[in-house]
Amino acid sequence: MTGPDRLRDGGLIDRTKPVTFTWNGRVLGGYEGDTLASALLANGVHLVARSFKYRRPRGILGHGTEEPNAMVQTGDGNRTEPNPKATVVPLVEGLRAKSVNTAKGGPESDPRAGMGMLSRFMPAGFYYKMFHGSQTMWQRVWEPIIRQAAGWGTCPTEPDPDTYDHMNLHCDVLVVGGGPAGIAAAREAAKSGARVVLADEQERFGGRLLDRPRNLDGLPGHGWADREVAALAEEAEVTLLPRTTVFGYYDHNLLCALERRTDHLAEAPSHVTRQRLWHIRARRVVLATGAHERPLVFADNDRPGIMLASAVAAYVHRWAVLPGREAVVFTNNDGAWEAAHLLKKAGAPAVTIIDSRPKVSDALKRDAEQAGITVKTGHAVTGTRGGKRVTAALVQPVNADGTRVNGPAQTLACDLIATSGGWSPVVHLFSQSRGTLTYDDTWACFRPGVAVQPQASVGACNGTFGLAETLAEAAEAGVEAARAAGFETAAPAPAPSVEAPEATPPVPLWLVPADTAPGRGGKWFVDFQNDTTAADILLAVREGFESVEHVKRYTLAGFGTDQGKTANINALAILAGTLGRPIPEVGTTTFRAPYTPVTFGAMAGRNLGDRLEPQRLTNIHDRHVALRAAFEDVGQWKRPWYYPKAGEDMHAAVARECKATRDSVGVLDASTLGKIDIQGPDAAEFLNRVYTNAWTKLAVGRVRYGIMCGEDGMVFDDGTTARIDENRYLMTTTTGGAAHVMDHLEEYLQTEWPDLRVRLTSVTEQWATVAVAGPKALEVVKRVCPDDAMAPADFPFLSWKTATAAGIPARIFRISFTGELQYEINVPWHHGADLWDAVMEAGKDFDITPYGTETMHVLRAEKGFIITGQETDGTQTPFDLGMDWIVSKKKPDFIGRRSLFRPDMQRPDRKQLVGLKPEDPKVVLPEGTQIVEPGALNRPPPVPMLGFVTSSYHSPALESGFALALIAGGRDRLGETVEAALPSGPVTVRLHDPVFYDAEGARRDG
Amino acid sequence: MHIIQCPYCGPREEVEFTYGGQAHIARPENPEALDDAQWADVLFMRDNPKGIFAERWMHAAGCRRWFNALRHTVSHQILATYRMGEAPPAPDTLEEASR
Ligand SMILES: [Zn+2]
Repeated sequence: MTGPDRLRDGGLIDRTKPVTFTWNGRVLGGYEGDTLASALLANGVHLVARSFKYRRPRGILGHGTEEPNAMVQTGDGNRTEPNPKATVVPLVEGLRAKSVNTAKGGPESDPRAGMGMLSRFMPAGFYYKMFHGSQTMWQRVWEPIIRQAAGWGTCPTEPDPDTYDHMNLHCDVLVVGGGPAGIAAAREAAKSGARVVLADEQERFGGRLLDRPRNLDGLPGHGWADREVAALAEEAEVTLLPRTTVFGYYDHNLLCALERRTDHLAEAPSHVTRQRLWHIRARRVVLATGAHERPLVFADNDRPGIMLASAVAAYVHRWAVLPGREAVVFTNNDGAWEAAHLLKKAGAPAVTIIDSRPKVSDALKRDAEQAGITVKTGHAVTGTRGGKRVTAALVQPVNADGTRVNGPAQTLACDLIATSGGWSPVVHLFSQSRGTLTYDDTWACFRPGVAVQPQASVGACNGTFGLAETLAEAAEAGVEAARAAGFETAAPAPAPSVEAPEATPPVPLWLVPADTAPGRGGKWFVDFQNDTTAADILLAVREGFESVEHVKRYTLAGFGTDQGKTANINALAILAGTLGRPIPEVGTTTFRAPYTPVTFGAMAGRNLGDRLEPQRLTNIHDRHVALRAAFEDVGQWKRPWYYPKAGEDMHAAVARECKATRDSVGVLDASTLGKIDIQGPDAAEFLNRVYTNAWTKLAVGRVRYGIMCGEDGMVFDDGTTARIDENRYLMTTTTGGAAHVMDHLEEYLQTEWPDLRVRLTSVTEQWATVAVAGPKALEVVKRVCPDDAMAPADFPFLSWKTATAAGIPARIFRISFTGELQYEINVPWHHGADLWDAVMEAGKDFDITPYGTETMHVLRAEKGFIITGQETDGTQTPFDLGMDWIVSKKKPDFIGRRSLFRPDMQRPDRKQLVGLKPEDPKVVLPEGTQIVEPGALNRPPPVPMLGFVTSSYHSPALESGFALALIAGGRDRLGETVEAALPSGPVTVRLHDPVFYDAEGARRDG
Repeated sequence: MHIIQCPYCGPREEVEFTYGGQAHIARPENPEALDDAQWADVLFMRDNPKGIFAERWMHAAGCRRWFNALRHTVSHQILATYRMGEAPPAPDTLEEASR
């Protein structure tokens, strides 16, 4: 026997397999088949936690996912897990668990327990009220206190060593919940040959059949479940998913589930992922998710030893634990009487039933009396005594509708109070699927109303509480689901014979009265996890809250890791009662996924580290690596950023690369630029419509720069386009904008101008590009292409030709982003590295220098060339960028034209592209720096901003820092000084033409 | 997550598609003929009905073709898809359109 409160026999635990575990440093024993909660109770441990706000001692309330109190921390080091519920943690050999939300000594001795005495000062909306006032109070007083006190478990600080994965599954019928309803539905659906998936959150199928003594076909409930599930396992098209919680229900019958694959094993095999996230797409869904019992809300209803009646029954029947010897069962319905019988049968010497209903059936009364159970009807538990465990119940007569006490209180000694206020169908998934709920007056619960998606709810989650009725409803639904999924079906098999008590509805009792009203004397807890009391809800109503969503946020009822599974209906019924409105009129709050917490590991799956996102590498990448390039990410591309030599920092490397390119020759891998092949008789007309400038007269062999705007007239990409042939063009885009430009062009072709005969093909990864730039570029290119005329006289700027480069067929473009003589050599992608090698070899005599994106940025900025996305942010027109020349005044229409010619676009005070030169050449302004009028920072705020810095670098050629900026009316102010607002104080800068270097453009022809 | 019926490829997962806003707003033949207010209307103003909404989608990770869809903005169901240039199906032919 493990634990003093373990029964000598019975239960679904495996007594041949004892298990040792550690709880708050104490070594305890249990059996395989136990949960952490059942093992703790068997060892007489009721006090497991302190409450969130008031630090009150708390015990185990439930026996499953509904548990609000018993959150624990499991494992150590990088495998520690915060906040699993003890009621769903499988007991495995060597399990280490401890309380959360307590100081070092554990829940027994909490130095902050005194918070309870402060509770008078912590009403609903405490946080809102306190933190609204003084910022200093928040920073100095409240934040430190709350940081120390708040939160439950502790996050691991090291990376998770386990692996997780994702799996997609398509099926005809998904059955959620493996209790009697789910099993019956799955069995019938599977008979048709449909692909059926049956998922259940527990290790063992059977649901509530495991918790209480029931007989089906003469078998005990678990035996019937085992038999039926074994039959399901025989079906070829059935997938059984135990330990799998379906936590989210999305559009078109997509449901997500979390499978726990190794947590129930003492030793996890290394090849099995710890958890798996299932994406299940089902033609039909059958929800068989059961119901949660809700507690009664009475004064001081939160002491350890106060539990749900259904949990008490389950601990006795399923886990052979006696959770109390002097037990009080407090109920408003017949069902909870079963817990009293089970306790008595298990050997509890004193069991008393306190039923708030004035009258119960004679049979019920007679059976109880025969069993030696004391019965008091028309009575309620109106208060409790105790500290770390309940020691007594205050019992008082109440009037017929349960609103007032009717006589003096008697004290009844006890160590267990089992409570039941009725049952709440688990409508979470149904509600997530956007089905509407309807209130069932008879059973005092919300159940599914109108479904939106192809699904059915069966059994307790549908408000069908009787076992026989459930089995019949579920079997029908299973047949119907298979039929609707397109399978031939027959009538359901005859239902099993059932021995179970008749299900009868409760008589609602939402708020148990006492001698004093809530808010005085005791505490009527509604949401245990958030320490929300009935008094908080009453206060919220007095303060003017009416909407259930507002009251939830103000009182925190229903927040937390249990999502208010035991709290929500009680909270809104108390709200409705206080407002004097019917419950359905007040409505429920929104149910949201996930139904139970999902680990980040499962959500990430294998999409971690290198697998987070694809990397795009050019054909020349290995060469860059060999040269020890530092890389930068441009979209998914890895581009060389700079090539540091031994002892060089970035600044030194960039200065060297700039100088080499300006003085001799540099080489850049430009393969990542977007390239689009445009073909068709209407290609010229198409370009004319998408670019702002004119394209119809561009000759074959020539290249032109173009700017694209959106319909709003704002620049969104730029690049050069070459006419390859009469009806064929090659467009280049920015590296980051390639996909956007392709989308943009395709959209217009397909949706606005389907009459244009044009075809687009992305050829970015068909052409590798090596740019050779600098005064010695011609010397290098001549050696690489010895058979072709490369001199500027034969090969003018803004033209292209086919050539043979290093023996490879090539297209060479005379374009320049550096202002230097530049050749961009394009060869088929897989020849990129060969070309690079040939260029490096040919450039040896000139000390050819590879340069990266940073040097490219400096060189182009010295020339005043923009980078879209850097000088632009979607609010700049070509005019703003000083590029009036690129906007055709003759074309009747192009994308953006109508917007560009609005008067507002011509306003002289729009921000315009200018250069900035700091007075002190050593200053390099941070990009994004705000520019203000001289002296503006000495005047009281608000300080009007003139604009901001878009690009800023140190220029080796200028021997100075310099910047590009967008400045209101800047073009008319060139030569004036303004101030850059740096954190260290203002810095004087002079407005400059954006072109800093070689303004006359003499260098591009060498 | 929808399954969307691409008129060219058949049913595919929503992640393969991109959204393109309200359908059947043709770019004006002659934008110059519109005054600023009318042009702003064309550019920026869109319907936001409670009910059936005609909108554009593109099968970005598939055939890359644009098409139109009728979606019910309350139930979030996509009731029909049809090719660019085709007229939307009549409301009474739509399955489950009433929801
Ligand atoms: Zn498609």
